[in-house]
Amino acid sequence: MNTAELSKVCRQVRRDIINMTANAGSGHPGGSLSAVELLTSVFYTQMRVDPQNPKDPDRDRFVLSKGHAAPCYYAVLAEKGFIDRSEFQHFRQLHSILQGHPDAKKVPGVDASTGSLGQGCSIAVGMALGAKHLKKDTRVYVLLGDGECQEGQVWEAFMAAAHYKLDNLIVMIDNNGLQIDGRNDDVMSLGDLCAKMKAFGFDVFEVMDGNDLTSVLAALNAPVSVGKPKCILAHTVKGKGVSFMENQAGWHGKAPNEEQRQQALKELED
Amino acid sequence: MSDKIATREAYGRALVELGSVNDKVVVLDADLASATMTKYFKEAYPDRFFDCGIAEANMMDIGAGLSTMGLIPYCSTFAMFGAGRSYEQIRNSIAYPKFNVKICCSHAGVSVGEDGGSHQAIEDIGLMRMIPGMTVIVPADAKEARKATFALSEFQGPVYMRLARLATPVFEEDYPFEIGKANVLREGKDAAVFACGLMVSETLAAASLLAAEGIEISVINMHTIKPLDVACVTTYARKCGNVVTVEEHSVIGGLGDAVAAALMGEVCCKFLKIGVNDQFGQSGKAADVLREYGLTADQIAARIKETL
Repeated sequence: MNTAELSKVCRQVRRDIINMTANAGSGHPGGSLSAVELLTSVFYTQMRVDPQNPKDPDRDRFVLSKGHAAPCYYAVLAEKGFIDRSEFQHFRQLHSILQGHPDAKKVPGVDASTGSLGQGCSIAVGMALGAKHLKKDTRVYVLLGDGECQEGQVWEAFMAAAHYKLDNLIVMIDNNGLQIDGRNDDVMSLGDLCAKMKAFGFDVFEVMDGNDLTSVLAALNAPVSVGKPKCILAHTVKGKGVSFMENQAGWHGKAPNEEQRQQALKELED
Repeated sequence: MSDKIATREAYGRALVELGSVNDKVVVLDADLASATMTKYFKEAYPDRFFDCGIAEANMMDIGAGLSTMGLIPYCSTFAMFGAGRSYEQIRNSIAYPKFNVKICCSHAGVSVGEDGGSHQAIEDIGLMRMIPGMTVIVPADAKEARKATFALSEFQGPVYMRLARLATPVFEEDYPFEIGKANVLREGKDAAVFACGLMVSETLAAASLLAAEGIEISVINMHTIKPLDVACVTTYARKCGNVVTVEEHSVIGGLGDAVAAALMGEVCCKFLKIGVNDQFGQSGKAADVLREYGLTADQIAARIKETL
């Protein structure tokens, strides 16, 4: 799939995010929209997975550590054929497989239940460690939020990834700079995240525009150093693609109303 | 009863045996291998032992990840840091997706002794049994700890196993171990006494003391707190009329509450919970600490006698 086609998928994913959250009347559009290029690129260009056989033991793994970006995840899974688009209308509703945050028991293609921040990277470390132990060539991708990196456990996981030389682990950080209470720098500054990741033993690829497919793909395709985990630190825009949501912390966990939905969909037309 | 062996020691030895017959078994620890006794496995199978350093939350979730690869991780640390510090990791990343992780925590209860209240988990059974779908096991002696260690590997799903630091008597009788099936160790008509962990041997000793005074109690080893053997509980409660629970755990949330919940609305009986009474533990020699909290055979016998 070329970049233009991938770009089209990304627009569809964005429309699905808007529709899912608007239908549900709740959810997290901001951090879903910032992660679209990262998540779509991984599923379309990197992961060896078969939607017809989602439990294939030899598949690559993905963990959405920032589980609140579930609408983005579900949209990509549907595009790939893991789930049916008809499930979208039930997002966040009683008896739906599409819980507010991903539930591995319910959704084909979801390998870990996440949503409580800080835990997904440790789970991914376990998967990567298990793959190494079993001598499988499985690659494990995990997507974290930048605000999530305020959780201490994230750094425990980073430490373990380097200690166990997990060069089959790819940590992606969706660095949109905002969290519920405002700017990361105002709430709890993360400091020099790039330097910190390097200090923790990662091969770091900093992507200045994490919503630019070409840049994201270049980072994903860059060869990894033997014995080092890889980090893609992607600077993104929260709410990307919808003018009134862009760079607004207030759109972290708020659904668009009908008027806002229509305006957003108009902006996201092909 | 023969020599004294701690359940953590039996667990450590059993892991080595289990490792030799099941190559899916991997063991994780958080810098306490020489105390949880996973050190034996570490020595025997270094490639299947993963030290996670002093980072228990990370260890539990690494266990979750390993289980998704088809491995059977046994995650060990002290009960305080396993059930306590890592509660939410166990709840959300292991139990919620029903991952096949075995959480085996030693140094539970006040019998930890000298390390004091900060290290004496008296809430772990409660915390773990609150989690939907969690199985909770408390072996009474070394033989049972060994059998439980093996049983866990055959059981699909998350399990919490509570182990003790203190060396305690090993029962001469080699009774079967089946998850969820209580073992009646002594029959008596005057009271049904349900105990778990190292309180089982204390309760058996209490039964002997009471027998000398003509009081006959049933002693039931409730090695599985969840799922509770409700049939056994109601049968013996009806038979005896007096029910007593004995645990080295808070009287809030543990075996006593589980038994009480099973009886409520079902059986009319007198009920006494023996355990740690809503207070923290403290430093001291294990035997002295157990006595301070009323958990020795003679103290248990006296309280049972009072209630009759």
